Amino acid sequence: MTHPRWLLPEAIEDVLPRDALRIEALRRRLLDEFSRHGYEFVMPPLLEYVESLLTGSGHDLDLRTFKLVDQLSGRSMGLRADITPQVARIDAHLLGRKGVTRLSYCGSVLHTLPAGFNATREPLQLGAELYGHAGLEADIEVIRLLAASLTLAGITASRLDLGHVAVFRALAAKAGLSGDVGEELFSALQGKDVPTVRELVADVAEPFRSALLALPELHGDRSVLARAAKLLPALPEIDAALGELRRLADAFSDLPLGFDLADLRGYHYHSGVAFAAYCAGSPSAVALGGRYDNFGRAYGRARPATGFSMDLRELARLAPNSESRGAILAPWPEDDALHAEAERLRASGERVVLALPGHEGSWREAGCDRILSRRGNEWIIESLKEE
Amino acid sequence: MITVALSKGRIFEETLPLLAAAGIVPAEDPEKSRKLIIGTNRPDVRVVIVRASDVPTYVQYGAADLGIAGKDVLIEHGGVGLYQPLDLNIAKCRMCVAAPVGFDYEAAVRRGARLRIATKYIAMAREHFAAKGVHVDLIKLYGSMELAPLAGLADAIVDLVSSGATLKANKLVEVEEIMNISSRLVVNQAALKMKRELLQPVIDAIAGAIK
Repeated sequence: MTHPRWLLPEAIEDVLPRDALRIEALRRRLLDEFSRHGYEFVMPPLLEYVESLLTGSGHDLDLRTFKLVDQLSGRSMGLRADITPQVARIDAHLLGRKGVTRLSYCGSVLHTLPAGFNATREPLQLGAELYGHAGLEADIEVIRLLAASLTLAGITASRLDLGHVAVFRALAAKAGLSGDVGEELFSALQGKDVPTVRELVADVAEPFRSALLALPELHGDRSVLARAAKLLPALPEIDAALGELRRLADAFSDLPLGFDLADLRGYHYHSGVAFAAYCAGSPSAVALGGRYDNFGRAYGRARPATGFSMDLRELARLAPNSESRGAILAPWPEDDALHAEAERLRASGERVVLALPGHEGSWREAGCDRILSRRGNEWIIESLKEE
Repeated sequence: MITVALSKGRIFEETLPLLAAAGIVPAEDPEKSRKLIIGTNRPDVRVVIVRASDVPTYVQYGAADLGIAGKDVLIEHGGVGLYQPLDLNIAKCRMCVAAPVGFDYEAAVRRGARLRIATKYIAMAREHFAAKGVHVDLIKLYGSMELAPLAGLADAIVDLVSSGATLKANKLVEVEEIMNISSRLVVNQAALKMKRELLQPVIDAIAGAIK
């Protein structure tokens, strides 16, 4: 059985005009908003040497990265599977600024294996990162920006879920869990897999055993923080983490917030507050973010860092369909008056398409829904009727 | 609206008391009805009837908020994107390696010989033998695993055993236990975040009714 040659690989797609228009409109809206908050747009390369691309990130990113050999140097190169490390590299190494740096980016990333529900292997990653400020103010700023992004996308029913990796780190360190067991425990907690957690912590001393067992239950509204303070041992790291989450809860009392102390996604490089946005219609998080202080050390300079990113294609899919108006068809201009009228309409934000001769009956499928016609000396807009 | 994915048969039967504890009673018996979507006494809860091995997929993609699936099925699926907070202690059995009477499994393993293993549970078998450092050729079958060694297709099988009667009838013996299997409650991750107020009471009630 032979297939048509033009079939695309699995989980790779063309974005057709209607969707492309929505994605691009959303991209501009979000990047403009980021820019208004002082985030400077950067464009890291599509491919880099593997060592640089995968520095400081976990094993799963390695598996997800397409690799090839550079004919110029003989070294392995990877197609980026995540832009965040590239932006961290830019901040750590290239800009070298002493104070706060805010950067934004948008570009395709490639995954060897589709990740998540929509299963594209080419997500369009858009994000904002804030470097150089270790205080909670930076987290508040980026979470606000994420909330604003969802609003700009027209997504109303959403929830922001906050967690803190320091809680698990402190407990795992006290319990002496590291290496393979630590990894297994991490993935069991990630799945709130209580039966497996129970097996893994069977030999851990109290109070750390009960604390680790309590983590998968510690999710829900703000009351989780009070419950956590009761159930978890009073380690300084845990007190500090819960304190930060309480401050965030106060700062975002106007947002639909949730808390989850076992959500450890990004645990390998996250260092503090981590957050995720969920919205109706999506079976997994639509945006992920958090603090990853000192990630830049691998690139020569440790810096406080926090930020978030999302797949713009997925976000555009979830955004309510704001049906944009079609284009206006104008006859091929034989006089200046029509030219001027077309220009006037374009300046007012309309799309005006010139009718090339001999294509009657095909302008609706080309996106036109109205037509410019002459009534005496006037040009008026009528609805386009075609068979 | 809460959608619960269940499979027919033993899991459905043993799940009924747990759902009842959460105040949920399916309106029809899936064994008698051909409907795949079944209402319940609660207008905001419905049950979808799917194949056991499809339950994790339905829940992962959010087509169902909750589901009940055997640990065997979850291991084959990988569990990605799912929360699995409760072991329900129902539909219990064991995942085992079984070989024909007289086949010296221990010696074959010691030699590190390349074993031909027939199974429906490829991921489980691969992981088990890799952890033991035994080379295997896995043969994917969809049923009647016990026939494979008798027909010369495989040296041994990896399969679920509950009473052991089928093994005995086909002159096979259990040579190694891989793990105990029971069914688990699985929850879609985004659903737990977005519909926490609806889902959490159901999860808590089920947790309270586990024997």
